[in-house]
Amino acid sequence: MSTTAVPDVAVAPVDEGFWTRTRKVGLVLVGLGLLATVLFGALATGEQARFTLSEDAAGAALEVNGTVGAIVFGLIALAAGAAMLAGLPKRLFIPVLAVGLVAFVLSFLCWQVSAAPTGQNFMPLVNIVRGTFLLALPLIFGSLAGVLCERSGVVNVAIEGQLLMGAFSGALFGSISGSVWVGLLAAAVGGSFISLLLAVFSIRYLVDQVVMGIVLNLLAVGITGFLYERLMQTDAARYNSAPRFSNWEIPLLSDIPVLGPALFRGNIFLYLALLLVLVIHIALFRTRWGLRTRSVGEHPTAADTLGVRVLGLRYRNVIMAGAVAGIGGASYTLALFSFTKNMIGGKGFIALAALIFGRWSPTGALLAALFFGFADQLATYLGAINSVIPGQFLAMLPYLATILAVAGLVGRVRAPAADGKPYIKG
Amino acid sequence: MSDPNAQPGSPDKEPASEDQAARTALGSTERAEAATTPGGPGPRPTLGRLFLENLWAANTFTVTLLSLVLAMIVGAILMIISDPEVLATYSYITARPSDAINASWTLVSEAYANLFKGSVFDPAANSFNSALSPISETLTYTAPLVFTGLSVALAFRGGLFNIGAQGQATMGVILAALAGFLLPLPPGLHLLVAVLAGAIGGAIWGFIPGILKARTGAHEVINTIMLNYIAVYFLTWLIVQNGVQDPNRTDAISRPVDASAQLPRLFGDGLRAHAGIILAVLATWAVAWLLNRSTLGFELRAVGANPDAARTAGMSVTRTYVLIMVFAGALAGFGGSQMVLGTTAAALTPLVVAQIGFDGILVALLGRVKPWGVALAALLFGALQAGGNRMQSYSGISLELVTVLQALIVIFIAAPALVKAIFQLRAARAARLQTSLAKGW
Repeated sequence: MSTTAVPDVAVAPVDEGFWTRTRKVGLVLVGLGLLATVLFGALATGEQARFTLSEDAAGAALEVNGTVGAIVFGLIALAAGAAMLAGLPKRLFIPVLAVGLVAFVLSFLCWQVSAAPTGQNFMPLVNIVRGTFLLALPLIFGSLAGVLCERSGVVNVAIEGQLLMGAFSGALFGSISGSVWVGLLAAAVGGSFISLLLAVFSIRYLVDQVVMGIVLNLLAVGITGFLYERLMQTDAARYNSAPRFSNWEIPLLSDIPVLGPALFRGNIFLYLALLLVLVIHIALFRTRWGLRTRSVGEHPTAADTLGVRVLGLRYRNVIMAGAVAGIGGASYTLALFSFTKNMIGGKGFIALAALIFGRWSPTGALLAALFFGFADQLATYLGAINSVIPGQFLAMLPYLATILAVAGLVGRVRAPAADGKPYIKG
Repeated sequence: MSDPNAQPGSPDKEPASEDQAARTALGSTERAEAATTPGGPGPRPTLGRLFLENLWAANTFTVTLLSLVLAMIVGAILMIISDPEVLATYSYITARPSDAINASWTLVSEAYANLFKGSVFDPAANSFNSALSPISETLTYTAPLVFTGLSVALAFRGGLFNIGAQGQATMGVILAALAGFLLPLPPGLHLLVAVLAGAIGGAIWGFIPGILKARTGAHEVINTIMLNYIAVYFLTWLIVQNGVQDPNRTDAISRPVDASAQLPRLFGDGLRAHAGIILAVLATWAVAWLLNRSTLGFELRAVGANPDAARTAGMSVTRTYVLIMVFAGALAGFGGSQMVLGTTAAALTPLVVAQIGFDGILVALLGRVKPWGVALAALLFGALQAGGNRMQSYSGISLELVTVLQALIVIFIAAPALVKAIFQLRAARAARLQTSLAKGW
């Protein structure tokens, strides 16, 4: 059977013949557009769908008749798909895809908002944007931690554990000291503790990194759960009542409609997350450290030959990643909630998904995290208006999107070449 | 990591003896070392001497035992630092060290004694049933872990890392429960159908990452992680649907499985051990046979060792990957089905599968990805969980400590070099570890 020409394991679909990737995606988009036009259009009611620029039904709003909106946006998505099918220059692929997908989502929203119970036919955009960023925060920190680790060649499946440990130690030491800053520092140290274990075992003892990550997640769940029951549950006032960062309002910027109240009246974690994306992006692609990090992640032997200390750099980056994720965990306990058992609840794995979906780049990870945060927020909103769409299916969206992404159905994703391979000198 | 890496490393060199097997598990390099060790003529050492030498050498058994000891030491430290009263005695340790030592010893020894009494034997037992009760509890927890452990181990041997046992068990439990309360079938047949439904549920959930891996090269680790969560959300959605949700309840719980689809109990109604453990032993035997004696098992190990070489040799890597994942999924689905068909629960709840999938990963690693090793590892983990329950209710030590112990044991197992260094084991065999499975995304 080795004589057959069919390759046994297709490495990745190669663009060939009529059905290029653009056309395939276009076909899918046409299907979505048709679905939106016909189904959403039929199900939408004649009510006005109002998208208010505030936190409630009052104030200025963008309004559109539900049926009209659903059909018009559906047709736009259809048109975008058709344009792709007709053969589109490659440089227009991303913009047209974006237009098509956004139109599809808008068509969906027109249907949902117009079909909501009377009196609830509005979507407060400020709430949605704010919620999106809030829900995306741990994902942004987590996926940045992933970027730092995996760009230097260490697979970080332990993001969940790092977030959890950060949340826990932030809450614990913040409560004991009574200072948010001590809490923040402790959170960074807590996250680094987990990633130090990851670094030592995967770099020094060459333990499989995925295995180690999984085990460390369980370890973090165990340790924090154990200490939570022993300390925090018995004496919550002393051990689990951390002070919280207040919201900082940035003058001028906070007056921008919708974005202002949502983005520039946030707490330190929001600003820190956006700043970190920028810093890590610049550092990774514009500095000596970044070049070395990327080379260590792609071809450690070559980097070593050129005098880069491969293992040292990996240790440093992995531990830094832990600190970043730890701070992300504290964005829960030092700003929103008190610590509860296993409070991260899978966010670490969505962060991993965001990292992969964002193709191992800081900005990509940010966008993916925001997309996932939006899906999460939308699920909450649809639940509130008694939508027929079950929230659980929207909650699946990040995971489904990632599977499609790694399967090469939506573009192709490629990890750093040496990701997960321990480097053994010699 | 020693086990998974060493294991798929040499399909054609299936260890002939237990001793060899142990050495392979610790790293392939040591095989080479053992081979180059000058043997040949000369006086043969006595059996007793060999035993003593090997006892402190870094072999599988010693490393496992010492890992357990290390984990328990860390666990003891956690217990002490989280107990304010005991911790208070440390504030004057220089003045009266006996206080601190006594308080710590009492705390730790009582907790671990309860761990033992809850899982193996309670000397205070006064009837046959209560004497058997700890063992029964241990077996109840062990049975599903054997299945998920085998699922992960089987995939490992084929070079795939199945993190999706959790999701596969979830789909298994869903289909088993649906078959258990929706189908009106006679006893016996009903049980059979429900168990098979569980296996099919898991197999479907294993098929997806398998076919994606085979067709597009999408990494199974990523896909199985994602599928775990999709399965959980599907479960939470399904439970509250009409016809599934218990009509008498408003919270998220399904109708209970019919009595005709329940696994029979082994030791009478008073004890929880059920026939799942017998199925687990059979499954272990079947997987061992599949891996070591069948053509498919050979292909599986060959693909795990080197897919390119296997393809060159005329094996279909695509087919093997899909089959591995389907089998692994079916095993995990079997394990999941026991969570509603056994005595743990009778109805679906969002947390019905607990952690059996993730624990299965630990069990597979602890069992050195060998079927019978997995069964023994599952027994240890089952015992820890059974004992953990008693430790929680009698000593007030949170059940989470068991999770910590389990994770620590595996961490230490995974790095035998560390254990070796801590205990100054004879430098003999656990040389540098191969990392053939470490291939990243």
